[in-house]
Parts: sequence; structure tokens; C-alpha cells
Amino acid sequence: MAHYLGIDVGSVSTNLVILDEDGEIKEAIYIRTQGQPIKAIQEGLRILSTKDKSWDIKGVGTTGSGRQLAAVIAGADVVKNEITAHAVAALKEIPDVRTVIEIGGQDSKIIILRDGVVTDFAMNTVCAAGTGSFLDQQANRLGIPIEEFGSYALRSKNPVRIAGRCAVFAESDMIHKQQLGYKVEDIIRGLCQALVRNYLNNVGKGKEILPRVVFQGGMAANVGMKAAFEEALGMEVYVPKYHNVMGAIGAALLAKDANVKKTKFRGFDASDIEFTAGSFECQGCSNHCEVVNIRMEGKVIARWGDRCNKWKVIDD
Amino acid sequence: MRKVSFPYVGNATITFKKLMNTFGNEVVLPRRPTEETLSLGTKYAPEFACLPFKIVLGTYIEALEAGADTLVSTGGVGPCRAGLYTTLHEKILKSLGYDFEMITLEPPGRHLRELVASIKKLVNRRLTFADYYRIIRFVWKELQLLDKAERLSHKIRPLEVKKGETTKTYRKCTELIAQAKDYRDLLEIEREIELLYERIEKKDYDPLKIGIVGEIYVVIEPAANLEIEEMLGDLGVYAERSMFLASYTFYNAVMDLFRMPGERDVKKLASPYFKEMCGGHGRESVGNAILFAKRGFDGVIQLSPFTCIPEIVAKSILPKVCAEYDIGFLSITLDEQTGKEGLRTRVEAFVDLLAAKRKNKLMNKKGDVAYGTLLGH
Repeated sequence: MAHYLGIDVGSVSTNLVILDEDGEIKEAIYIRTQGQPIKAIQEGLRILSTKDKSWDIKGVGTTGSGRQLAAVIAGADVVKNEITAHAVAALKEIPDVRTVIEIGGQDSKIIILRDGVVTDFAMNTVCAAGTGSFLDQQANRLGIPIEEFGSYALRSKNPVRIAGRCAVFAESDMIHKQQLGYKVEDIIRGLCQALVRNYLNNVGKGKEILPRVVFQGGMAANVGMKAAFEEALGMEVYVPKYHNVMGAIGAALLAKDANVKKTKFRGFDASDIEFTAGSFECQGCSNHCEVVNIRMEGKVIARWGDRCNKWKVIDD
Repeated sequence: MRKVSFPYVGNATITFKKLMNTFGNEVVLPRRPTEETLSLGTKYAPEFACLPFKIVLGTYIEALEAGADTLVSTGGVGPCRAGLYTTLHEKILKSLGYDFEMITLEPPGRHLRELVASIKKLVNRRLTFADYYRIIRFVWKELQLLDKAERLSHKIRPLEVKKGETTKTYRKCTELIAQAKDYRDLLEIEREIELLYERIEKKDYDPLKIGIVGEIYVVIEPAANLEIEEMLGDLGVYAERSMFLASYTFYNAVMDLFRMPGERDVKKLASPYFKEMCGGHGRESVGNAILFAKRGFDGVIQLSPFTCIPEIVAKSILPKVCAEYDIGFLSITLDEQTGKEGLRTRVEAFVDLLAAKRKNKLMNKKGDVAYGTLLGH
């Protein structure tokens, strides 16, 4: 049976998913990127290689901010932006979805669909307030495991108002209210409400949010955030089972949809190949571009970072 | 001899250099803004100033370091803070200890006497009326040619068979124009430019069309907008921006002088949505979006520097306007970021969206729920 591999390399996590011909999820893994995307991708491939050898990969799709890198390392047939990938995955799960809320590690987005077609979208622009990293950091500061963060929020009866517009304002507001003796539960619920308020007012500004609403991305695991969204929107918010790997699912679906004749997949053994990234400063003009070289066993296989495309062509 | 320098605004630098030379000045050529320029500007500008302010400040510092003693800039009539920028730049640079003269060219319609006085300072050679006529004819033609070469590049890039050929041709064209010495040269070069672009091998299809509106500096100068037009061209999209320097100068200097409507029809188009002037190019952004819609474009991208008030106002009006005219809308905020990945993600997704939309329109029925329609194939 044919299988399809989807890889989503984000700022915080790197996710890999294997789908079969019917779009059924066979395997899904979630690894922390930790600033080392190459290592994370290879680690993902290595874990997959230990699971089941009978997969016959017919297509590979990559997405996320590290999609170019993932495409080079794994050998991808389809490279797509994460907005399209997330929309595709949400549609597969909920065919009548009209709004997708996606909050990841460093960015958050809203996707508006009508009759199964993306009609509008927005991403956070200049501020990372309200994304996963910020919540992670706050959980850390309060000494609460991030997995339990949401259930704390659900226990609160009197949420405390927290400033949500800017991560710096939010954090100092939280600290000041903690020092006054408010309960941790109430502060956490207040923070969830603030993040939702900020999201709706910033990313969701001017967008017509209609049901069904699908909430995905790492943040969707947080029941406190889900509750805060439902409260603010006055409608049910659906969280898919594989909410944290939806981008990878979308990439795999796109690879399946592309009907590639012969996949460029390097095989799961790509985890053993030595890939290195290095950069140099081009002195060709006053731009001084930082050009990145990706090498496979010492040989340059991809290059980017130059503005003028001077280095795009790689000599053999 | 005066050593003159000026802000770097796209290719107009080529013409402005020749003009200043003809007037009898030495020219310290401003550099194309780099990351270094931006760092310099950011270091000395107020934190909340916008990107164009910072880039231009950085450019001035580089020019002064290279020996310029006179800076020439255009003024404005506000109320956008850009109208104040020249004065503010001058104050900052003087407080840094630079010794120079700032000459502001105000729009002739409102400040004709000041403009004439400023130009007098820059003319350091005896020129006859015939000379002036020749100069004006040459400058005007050259600006038009530069715009033409660029327009053609945006038109042809999405159709090119060999990637990168258009960019190469465009560079060749600007080099040719830079070498032109008189009006007759320009006429010859014009024919050559057309020929060069004709020679590029092209695919035959109707590309998606995206109009670009927004604040003038980030719209015109590719170094300030992460070369978004080239990025769109590489994605197979025809991109056209609402502002070109030649036409902008013409409408805002010449037409304004004679109180003739020029840009005013754009303002008129915008007026049902945007009655009051709020400075900058906010109203033009709305009017131009409507113009693009009427010309059958698939979408509009708005470029605005972070904290730019006129564009913030336009940003809240544009979604409604674009929905009414049924074209796609994407707003991009530009600041100090030099990583292109975030921009590429948004632009790619926008292009996917427009492709699907066009396909659905062609099918003239509601899209089926298969995700294939998302990709527009």
C-alpha cells in the first residue's frame, strides 16, 4: 500500500506524519526543534525507521518555517506554506469548517474558509504575544507543567484581568497581581482570556468568524485556551485529535494530492547521512548577504540567503 | 563645488545624479540601502519612527561620511509626520556633529517661492533658457524610461521560461539608461529596451494579477520591501505597483502647480470610503485598490511601515472595499526584519488563495469540498 510522509518544521516543534492511501494516520511524531532543525528532522526520520519497515513512501510534503531545509534533507516532492497545509488538514477532518484558529510556537494564524475554499487569512505581524512560547515561559515561571496549565484555568471561578496586548505588559501585569496575592488559578484563567482577546483583536481583526471553528496547533492542547475561545466567541470550538501535527498532515495530504510519479524521498536512512549547514558572507556588493550552504557528506546540495540569486546555481 | 547627496529611491538615483551634475555640483552617490544602513538609522532615529525614516537617516550618514556637504530631500505638506522628517533628520545629524546644508524641495503648488530659492542654491553654473529646456526634456524622458523598463520586467517575469532572465535584462536596461548622455541616446535606448524584453522566451498563459498599494517609500524601493515584486514574479504572478516615481512627481509637482486633477481621480474613487485626508498615502491606497479592482486584478497587497498612521487607517478600510469589489486583500507590515521567510509564507498562501478563487469563478459554481480546489489546479 502507498504511504505519504508529511514533515512540518516549526520554531518549537518538528512533526512527522505518515498517511496511507485513504488518508488514514498511521504514525505521528512530535519532537522539539530546539533551534536545530536538521537534527530534529533526522531524529524524526530515525524514530520512524524503527517503527515499521513496510511503508512504501510514494510522496513527501514539507511545510513550516523550516520547509526548505526539510525538503532538502528528506527529499520532498511538495513544499508548501503552512497556511495552505493547515487549511487542507482541517478540511480533511471537518469538511464543513469555516474558521481555523491555529496557534503555534512563534506564530498564530486565522484561516477563513467558505465552501471548502480558503477565502481569507491572517498571521500575527510584529508581536509574538499569545503564542505557545510565551505560555511555555509563563508556565515555567509559575512552576506548573505546561500540560496542566489548562486544567488550572478551568478550576478558577474569578479570573483576574491581565493585559494581553503585549507579552511584556502581560508578564508584568501577572507578576504584580501575583504579588498582591491573587490565586494562581485565577491568574492563569485571566491570562488565557487575555491571550484570546489579543488574538481576536489582532490576528482575527475584521474577520467573520463563523462555525464550525477548528482550533489546532500546539496551543489547542490547552483546555483553558479552548474554554476561553468558546466563552469569547459564544460557539463551540472543535479540537481535532491530532491537533498538534495538523501542518504535517496537511503536507502529507498535499503530497498525496500531487500525484508524483517518482518521489524524491531519500529514504528513512537519511537520518544517517551527514548534513551540515554553514554560512559565509558574500562580498559581491554592499548587501553582504549571509549565504547558507547545506552540505551532504561535504558536498553542497542547497544554498540560500542571497538577495541577487548569484549563488543559486550550484556547480557540480 | 558643492558635494550633493540625496536619499536613495529606486532607480531615480541615476537621473538625479545627472541632474545635479549638470547643475554644476559634485555628487556623492547614495548607496543602495543595506542592513548596515538600517542599523545606522535605527541607532540614531527615535525608536517609534517608521522604517523609511530610519533607512533615509542611515543613507544620509553614509553619504556624509563619504564627504557630502549638502543633502537634498523633498518636503511634504503633511499632516503625516513624513512632512516633518527632513527637519528632524537635519536636527539629528547636526547633533551628531555633521556639518552640512539641508536643502528641501517643497511641492511647487504650495511653496513655489521656497522651491525656487532651493533650486537656486543647487544651480552653480550659468544656464540659459535653452539649457533648462534640454535638461527638463532629458530628465523627464529618463525617468519615464526607468519606469518603463521596470514595468516591463514585472510584466514579463511571471512569463519567463528561463528563471532569472528578466532580472538580468532589467539590470542591463538600467545600465544602458545610466550611460545615456542626451535625449537622442534615450530614444535609441528605448527601442533597445523593447527589443531586449521581446527577446526573452515567454510562456503563454494569463498570470494572476496583484496590485501593490501603500506608503510610497516601501512601495518604490525594493530594498525596503524585501523585493516583494521579484518574489511575486518568481511565483508566476504579475505584480504592478500603484506608484512610480515619474508619474508621482508629475502629478504631485506639475499638476498640483496648475491645480489640475491628477491623483485626484484616485482620491475621488476613495472618497465614498475615505473622505478626509489623513496624510501620507492612506487615501491613495484605497483609491488605487479600487482602480486595480476595476481593471480586473485578482488581489491587492498593501505595504505599510510599522506604526505608519495613514496606512493603519487605510488598513481598516481596505478589507471592506476589497470585499465589495470581490478581490483578495493582504496587508504586510514592514519593519526591521530582513528574513524573507515570513513574508514568503504569507505571499505564497495569498497566491494559493487567489488561484483557487479564480478557478472557482471560472467554474462559475460553488467549489467542491475536495482540497484540490485550494491549490487552484
